[in-house]
Amino acid sequence: MTESRSLTVRPAGRHALLVELPDAESTAAFHAEVLRRRAAGTLPPVEEIVPGARTVLLDGVPDPDALARGLTGWEVPRVADDDGDLVEIAVRYDGPDLADVAAAWGVAPEEVAARHTAHAHRVAFCGFAPGFAYLTGLPAELHVPRRATPRTRVPAGALALAGPYSAVYPRSTPGGWQLIGTMPDPGSLWDPTREPAALLAPGTRVRFVTADAAPGGTG
Amino acid sequence: MTARLTTVRSGALTTVQDSGRRGHAHLGVPRSGALDAPAMRLANRLLGNDPDAAVLETTLTGCALRPDRAISAVVGGAHCPVTVDGRPAAWGAPVRVPAGAVLNVGTATAGVRSYVAVAGGIATEPVLGSRSTDLLSGLGPEPLRDGDVVPVGLPRSVTPSVAAPWPGPPAELVLPVRLGPRADWFAPAALRTLTSATYRVSPHSNRIGLRTEGPPLERASTGELASEGVVLGAVQVPPDGRPVVFLHDHPTTGGYPVVAVVAEPSLAAAAQAAVGTPVRFTLG
Repeated sequence: MTESRSLTVRPAGRHALLVELPDAESTAAFHAEVLRRRAAGTLPPVEEIVPGARTVLLDGVPDPDALARGLTGWEVPRVADDDGDLVEIAVRYDGPDLADVAAAWGVAPEEVAARHTAHAHRVAFCGFAPGFAYLTGLPAELHVPRRATPRTRVPAGALALAGPYSAVYPRSTPGGWQLIGTMPDPGSLWDPTREPAALLAPGTRVRFVTADAAPGGTG
Repeated sequence: MTARLTTVRSGALTTVQDSGRRGHAHLGVPRSGALDAPAMRLANRLLGNDPDAAVLETTLTGCALRPDRAISAVVGGAHCPVTVDGRPAAWGAPVRVPAGAVLNVGTATAGVRSYVAVAGGIATEPVLGSRSTDLLSGLGPEPLRDGDVVPVGLPRSVTPSVAAPWPGPPAELVLPVRLGPRADWFAPAALRTLTSATYRVSPHSNRIGLRTEGPPLERASTGELASEGVVLGAVQVPPDGRPVVFLHDHPTTGGYPVVAVVAEPSLAAAAQAAVGTPVRFTLG
C-alpha cells in the first residue's frame, strides 16, 4: 500500500490498482485527471478506469508498481463546475415515495421538483446495471435513506434517491431506492447499438428539468 | 452460403461466448466471455478459427445441434461423450457433422463446461464488440432454447495448428491469490483461515462467481464499504463470510470487501471445478 498526501494505492491482483481518495470530490478530481492523461497520451496502458464512491480502479495495467510510483506525484486540480459534458433529463416528479421524501426534506410534495432540479448533478460512478449512474450533487440535508423494504420491481425510468445519490433506472429491476419521479423516455439511458452506449458516463454533468404533462394528457 | 445450427437440445445452460467485452467496466458492463478461455482458444485453433472466435459454452449437461450444411466442429473443455447421429465421435478433435445430422454433446463426465467450436465461428450479432452472453446485465444473445437457430460464419481455409493437450479438470482447485485490496478489513486469523482452510465449491456457483462453502472469514471492521470497482478473480467476502471468486459475468462495482485476488490464469480451472471440489487459496 502506498500513501501520498490524500491518496492511498491498494494492490488488486497482479494487474490492477485501487486508488482510494478521502471523499467524493477528490475522487471525481482524480478520475478526471486520469482521463485527461489518457487523452493526452501520457497515461501508461490501462484497460479499465472504474470510479467508485471514493476510489478509482485502474485495471489491465501491465506494470502496476511503476504506475503506483508515478501517480503519487500527480498534481490533481479540483473539478470545475462546468467541466464535463452536460445532459439535460426531463422528469415528471410523480414517484410513489414523493410524499415520504417531501416529509424528510420538510417541504410540501409539490416543492420536491423545485428542490431537486435546483442542484447541479454529476455522475460519480456507474454500476448495478448497464447505464445505471450514481449522481452526486444533493446537499447533505437532502440525503434520504433507502426504503426499509426494497421493491421487487422498480420500473424503467424511475427517478430515485438513496443516501447522497440520485439515479434513473435504465430498466426495470428490483430496487430499494425512494422513487420520486419518472423519466418519460428512459430508452436513451442505455443503447448498446449506440456509441457511447450509456447516456451517463462517469464525470457527465446532469441537469434535471420538469417534464411537460404526459403526451395525450392521460393518467 | 454459411451454415446454421438448430438447437435440438439446449441443455442446462448453453451460451455464446468469445473473449468478452473490454473497456466498458466504467459503464457497469462486465467482461463476460468464455469462463475456460484456454479451452475455447484450443478448440478454435484445432479448426483454423481465430482463437477468440465465438463458441458455445455448455453447463454440465451439454447440448445437441443440427447443422443445415456440413460443418467441422470441436467439442472440448469438460470431458463428455460426443456422438454424431448416435455414433460415437471424437472429443477434443475435429469432427465432421453432415448436413441434417445431430451433433450431441453429452453430460460432462469430468469438469463442468464443454465448448463447442464450429469452423467459421458462431456468428450472432456482436454487442459492444463481443458476441458473449452476459448473464448479469443481459447483453448479447439469450441462452439457447430448444429450437433456436444459431448462425455460423465462413470457415477460413487455413491449416489448423497442432494442438497442445487438453488439461483435465482439477481434483483439487488450488487458487493462487495476492492479498488486497481490502485484506485490512479482516482479522489476522481470517487471513490465516483463507490461506490454510479447505473450502468446497458450492452448488450456488455460476458464471458470476464461484461460491465456496467452508469456514467463514471474520471481519476486523464492521463498517460499510462504499461501492468500488472490482476486478475479475476478486475474492469478495459477503456478510456470511464465505469467499466468492468473481468470474467473468461479475458486477463491475461492489460493496463487500475484496480480501484477495486470484491470478487470472487459474480461473479456467475454477470454471471446470464441479460442486464439492476442494478449494484451497495459496499466497503467490
